[in-house]
Amino acid sequence: MSRKVLVLADIRHGKLRNVTYEMLGAANHIAEGGEVLLLLLGHGVQDLAVGAGDAGADKVFVVDAPELEKYTPTAYRKAFMEAYRQFSPNVIFMSHSAIGKDLAPLVSQRLGAGQVSDAIQVEVDGAALFFTRPIYAGKAFTRVQVKSDVVVATIRPNNIAALADKAGKPGTVETLSVAFETQDLATMVKEIIQKASVGVDLTEAKIIVSGGRGVKSAEGFAPLKELAETLGAAVGASRGACDAGYCDYSMQIGQTGKVVTPDLYIACGISGAIQHLAGMSSSKVIVAINKDPEAPIFQVADYGIVGDLFDVVPMLTSELKKALA
Amino acid sequence: MKILVLMKQTFDTEEKIQVENGQIKEDGVRFVINPYDEYAIEEAIRIKEANDAEVVVVSLGPSRSEEALRTALAMGADEAILADDPELFGDEYTAAKVLAAIARQGNYDLILAGNQAVDDGSGQVAVRLAEELSIAHISTLTQLEVNGDEVVGHRDAEGDEEVVTAKLPVLVTAQQGLNDPRYPSLIGIRKAGKKPLTHVTLADLGLDKSSIGAKSAIVSTFLPEPKTGGKILQGDLAAQVAELVQSLKSVDKVIG
Repeated sequence: MSRKVLVLADIRHGKLRNVTYEMLGAANHIAEGGEVLLLLLGHGVQDLAVGAGDAGADKVFVVDAPELEKYTPTAYRKAFMEAYRQFSPNVIFMSHSAIGKDLAPLVSQRLGAGQVSDAIQVEVDGAALFFTRPIYAGKAFTRVQVKSDVVVATIRPNNIAALADKAGKPGTVETLSVAFETQDLATMVKEIIQKASVGVDLTEAKIIVSGGRGVKSAEGFAPLKELAETLGAAVGASRGACDAGYCDYSMQIGQTGKVVTPDLYIACGISGAIQHLAGMSSSKVIVAINKDPEAPIFQVADYGIVGDLFDVVPMLTSELKKALA
Repeated sequence: MKILVLMKQTFDTEEKIQVENGQIKEDGVRFVINPYDEYAIEEAIRIKEANDAEVVVVSLGPSRSEEALRTALAMGADEAILADDPELFGDEYTAAKVLAAIARQGNYDLILAGNQAVDDGSGQVAVRLAEELSIAHISTLTQLEVNGDEVVGHRDAEGDEEVVTAKLPVLVTAQQGLNDPRYPSLIGIRKAGKKPLTHVTLADLGLDKSSIGAKSAIVSTFLPEPKTGGKILQGDLAAQVAELVQSLKSVDKVIG
């Protein structure tokens, strides 16, 4: 069954995040001869349409307006609905990250549509689409079918493959104009504070170095940050480290906090409480460094090193520097 | 000022999940207030303490949720509503329809909720409710101030922090770090037993079953493949570190 799929590009700091390509990959998989549209919303985002055809977009719609420079739900909803009306998709994909998480439910309720949040897999079975998604932060999974005419899903980064080869599709760019009025700006972003603690984005990082109570202080994160820098990794933390005030809650990984699935997860001084394991145990390769050989984290680790993280982590950093030189 | 707080009773996050006959087993499980909702309740009570407001907590779910609502009342909420009529259960679309019907009966200035529940984690219901009620919303707040008819929220936008303003009525969702929820006091617990807790049904809300039907369905529930980890490296630390780097590079190919 051929489908029209609308993919909302995930734009962060003026760049397309990888998950955009992953969504285009999924869209091409389910379109079955239908059409894939990439929608760019923002200000000064026109250039991001370059290469969209090769990434799998038949068409690109761009809504470029100063009102969309910062994300606000109502302005984005208005722009999105304009694109929706012009394209009338059967399926809508957004990223399961800051904007998609917020905009998708708004659009879904307006369309009377069912939505699958945080999908990690999409399968086609005749006319039906089945999505797999984690519940309890990955302690279990469900397969979900949406029964409404329009199907909405938010896609978790790092789980679905982008197209392996250049699709060579037209990627024809069309600019939509949307007139914004005062009531379209029900919320106003007064200021954006970029936090220094966050280098690489946790939810999309290929490698994460994470610290727990064993880090002992805010300063104790220094060797972890150095290791992360060497690997181009993001730095995360367990709830224990956040509760103890060693780091910001935005770094927390677990059932409360962020759920991550990087290629490599290096847990330093993390004992492995069930709620933390839920947030990271789907990582492809897990390394655990802990003084306590009985720590539960070792049961999910592919490689465990029993030792003091303040000895092991600097050694690992220097060994990696040699290996990656 | 009238404040409505949406809350859900969930498994404690330290609980393991067991699946039996395609259903998640609830026997012997410790239930708590969804941790994100706890921040929302605490914030509502703080606003009440500073501004003379009335706080109503509402839950849509099985009758066991009464215990969670009583805890919220013990923390300081004034009144509780429990929508435990199975005719009201469905998916997130249904939940938004039901909660909108409840919200419309109260003329609330501010609606608070957790940004997601730690069980299904879909994070849809509160935002869908804002759409259903045609009011503004700001999600994942780590800080909230109410100044007259305006709210100023600090929103966690994945690393970045946005300072966002909106006029009442507004719906906001709580992110971790918003506050440090209190434990109910003994006096609070004693008072909670006497505070009103109302059960509502499909008929009470004047809803028609066909107009709130679920738009999605869970086909199956299953556990992940058990992780077969457990390889502890041996030898002196330098040798272990060298072996690890070698394996990550050549065997797993996740670095370099």
